[in-house]
Amino acid sequence: MRRGSSKKGSANSTTSTNSSAMDLFRSASGKAATKELERIDQLFYSYSNESSGIIDPEGIECLCSDLEVEHTDVRILMVAWKMHAEKQGYFTLEEWRKGLKALHADTIVKLKKALPELENEVRRPSNYVDFYSYAFRYCLTEEKQKSIDIESICELLELVLGSQFPQQVDLFIQYLKTQTDYKVINMDQWMGFYRFCNEISFPDFNNYDEDLAWPLILDNFVDWVKSKQS
Amino acid sequence: MSLLINIDASLSCWLLYTAVSWAWGIRLTLIKMNERKTINLEQGRDFMQKGITKLKNILEGLPEPQFSSEEYMMLYTTIYNMCTQKPPHDYSQQLYDKYRESFQEYITSTVLPSLREKHDEFMLRELVKRWSNHKVMVRWLSRFFYYLDRYFITHRSLPPLNEVGLACFRDLVYTEVNGKVRDAVISLIDQEREGEQIDRALLKNVLDIFVEIGMGQMECYENDFELSMLKDTAAYYSRKASNWILEVSCPDYMLKKVQNELLSVYATQLLEKEHSGCYALLRDDKVVDLSRMYRLFSKIPQGLEPISSMFKQHVTAEGTTLVKQADDAASNKKAEKRDVAGLQEQALKEAFEIFCNKGVAGSSSAELLATFCDNILKKGGSEKLSDEAIEDTLEKVVKLLAYISDKDLFAEFYRKKLARRLLFDESANDEHERSILTKLKQQCGGQFTSKMEGMVTDLALAKENQSHFEEYLSNNSNVSPGIDLTVTVLTTGFWPSYKSFDLNLPAEMVKCVEVFREFYQTKTKHRKLTWIYSLGTCNINGKFEPKTVELIVTTYQASTLLLFNLSDRLSYQEIMSQLNLSDDDVIRLLHSLSCARYKILIKEPNTKTISPTDTFEFNSKFTDKMRRIKIPLPPVDEKKKVIEDVDKDRRYAIDASIVRIMKSRKVLGYQQLVMECVEQLGRMFRPDVKAIKKRIEDLITRDYLERDKDNPNVFRYLA
Repeated sequence: MRRGSSKKGSANSTTSTNSSAMDLFRSASGKAATKELERIDQLFYSYSNESSGIIDPEGIECLCSDLEVEHTDVRILMVAWKMHAEKQGYFTLEEWRKGLKALHADTIVKLKKALPELENEVRRPSNYVDFYSYAFRYCLTEEKQKSIDIESICELLELVLGSQFPQQVDLFIQYLKTQTDYKVINMDQWMGFYRFCNEISFPDFNNYDEDLAWPLILDNFVDWVKSKQS
Repeated sequence: MSLLINIDASLSCWLLYTAVSWAWGIRLTLIKMNERKTINLEQGRDFMQKGITKLKNILEGLPEPQFSSEEYMMLYTTIYNMCTQKPPHDYSQQLYDKYRESFQEYITSTVLPSLREKHDEFMLRELVKRWSNHKVMVRWLSRFFYYLDRYFITHRSLPPLNEVGLACFRDLVYTEVNGKVRDAVISLIDQEREGEQIDRALLKNVLDIFVEIGMGQMECYENDFELSMLKDTAAYYSRKASNWILEVSCPDYMLKKVQNELLSVYATQLLEKEHSGCYALLRDDKVVDLSRMYRLFSKIPQGLEPISSMFKQHVTAEGTTLVKQADDAASNKKAEKRDVAGLQEQALKEAFEIFCNKGVAGSSSAELLATFCDNILKKGGSEKLSDEAIEDTLEKVVKLLAYISDKDLFAEFYRKKLARRLLFDESANDEHERSILTKLKQQCGGQFTSKMEGMVTDLALAKENQSHFEEYLSNNSNVSPGIDLTVTVLTTGFWPSYKSFDLNLPAEMVKCVEVFREFYQTKTKHRKLTWIYSLGTCNINGKFEPKTVELIVTTYQASTLLLFNLSDRLSYQEIMSQLNLSDDDVIRLLHSLSCARYKILIKEPNTKTISPTDTFEFNSKFTDKMRRIKIPLPPVDEKKKVIEDVDKDRRYAIDASIVRIMKSRKVLGYQQLVMECVEQLGRMFRPDVKAIKKRIEDLITRDYLERDKDNPNVFRYLA
């Protein structure tokens, strides 16, 4: 459901009246490009908050329902990643433009269609690390915040890694909820866990060496699992 | 001056030696000034023989007065003279032979016969006694003949006196009796396996002989004792095992019972086995076996205590013997000896370290050692021991500290206990206090002891300060505290941290505080005074019906008692609110005054513990045969706080160390970093690898370090 909002002025187009084919083409493509931009902007304004000029959590919720995804769906996070959105729950115009342009989407329909492709792109190993670390940073809502509380981490883990490494994630979440040493998780531990899932054989952990520089929480996690198994 | 020198086998003669050599200095000057008359061999020998006979009499327990310092010096001087006379009157060789002969003669005429006529356990006892006497004799004769050790034996590359003496025993006594001894020991052990009580201490002493006779090599122990011991043990256990196998084939519930029994009942047997086999384990560096054994015994409730204390004693004795032997070996300048002693020392050292650092019954060895020192240094602790014995013990303690990895923990416990001793005037002897600090300083460096030294100095300064205060009072008669007041001003940095509570002082004391505060202002305006009432003592007069008794109590207790000047009867709640202290403190206080030895207050109801609903009444009928009594207030258990404080300091120390290392190396692998960190901090404590890891992660979060992008096991320093 779109929010009612007045159309803001569309971008002015400056078309060249040069008659050469190239120019025609350019102008045609330029026109197309401009048109695209226009539509992107318009789309933006249909969700954005009138007074602040940016899309806030409410707007995102609307967007999600139009896209027919849950606002807790990982794909929204992926969209945010694509936009390089800085603040969780908010999209600025710049970010919106960047994201949608990259996705070649200027309507809701196109955006929705772009999601599967986006997912594939993100899941490519070269991108995934970046996405994974982005996910963490995205949750640092306070200024100078460096770590995230256990509760939120568990949710984030499930969201981001749950499909890829379901067993490890389940176990780790269980561990996080029962242990008392750590109340928050920092970036180093977060990244460490991803590396852990990729490198360490499961469920035996045979190649895990706690004399290496694995984060201590993972040493403890492995001990915990092993003691549970015995 | 005349020193009466005691012969006591347990005394180390070091102090004796120093006293003599100092006295010897005087003697020497005298000799140089006079002309020396040549002593001929016969005369010299006869004279020495008199001394030797006297020594033997003392050892045999005959009525013989102890050696005076003059006698001692004369003997020593005679030897000296006879060795330094001009040829042909330099009799070093003859005296060396005489020395050996003295032992041989004594052993053949007295020691061996006494051993031959005894059997089994009695023979073992006799052996232990004779060996002990022999060691004393060696020590004494070596002192008399000491001059030979200084030059003659090195010139001729001969065995030193100490070794000669011990060898005599080995060659004459040990070779003859060791078979019988071994059999007697094994039979004792078998007795215990069958459930009888045996004299474990005797066993230990006998086994020690086996080791000591080896004089740095385990051959004697191994060959003569251990082999047969192990054979016998194997035979015994295979018999037992076959019995156990039968029992094990019973139904399940029986099985469990037997297993339990096996471990706990036969723990003593197993213990015994380990006791005799422990030397083998220690010698062969069988650290893994030792720790396995440790784990096994930790499963039995309280199974660990006897074994660890036994081991501790055993290994302590062994360790100090070995340290001494290694010292002796080194000074012998015999390369092989030194190597063997060195290797063995190394193996034992490592095993020793492991045991030193296992806790006993919940206390770390660092704490135990500090408590041990406290017991020696405080009043009523070791007054029975002579100064030399105390010095010797302190010396041993400091040596032991080298094996303890948590030195910083020891320091903190020691400091806490030192504070108590100093502030409550519980220190037995100032000399000893200073002496151990010097030793600790030598061993661990100035930083280790700087605070403690500060504490001792503070007290001296405080006395000065007090006399100024008294002067001030006499000069200003208008400001009087009304009571005799002594104030000890402490420098915060040196002393352990004390919480200061806002105790509501009785009016009389408030005045005192005021008066002192004014005085202190006249001395300096730049210091802040914080009153620690929990450390004060008061002498108050309790005017009881039978008679007045002077009570020595802490300030807290005094404040409590003075409340009863205004009211005969008070409830727990009233007392607590009046004093403004916490429940814990109030309970402790009231307990000490109403439920302990001296019941100054009567508690209702008359139970053994304090509860918030109790009421208290002044016990006017209280009396004691003494006119002055001390009512102790047991201190709060500081253990938890000490450990907390030390842990906190360690975190900082680890942080600092990591940053230091990374700053200079810029890029370093994880394992390397850990290694260097452990090394840097090793002087004070052994950092836990996990703790280091945690600190590294913390430093990453604080942006001091980062992981290398390509290799997650490598760290980079972030400027």
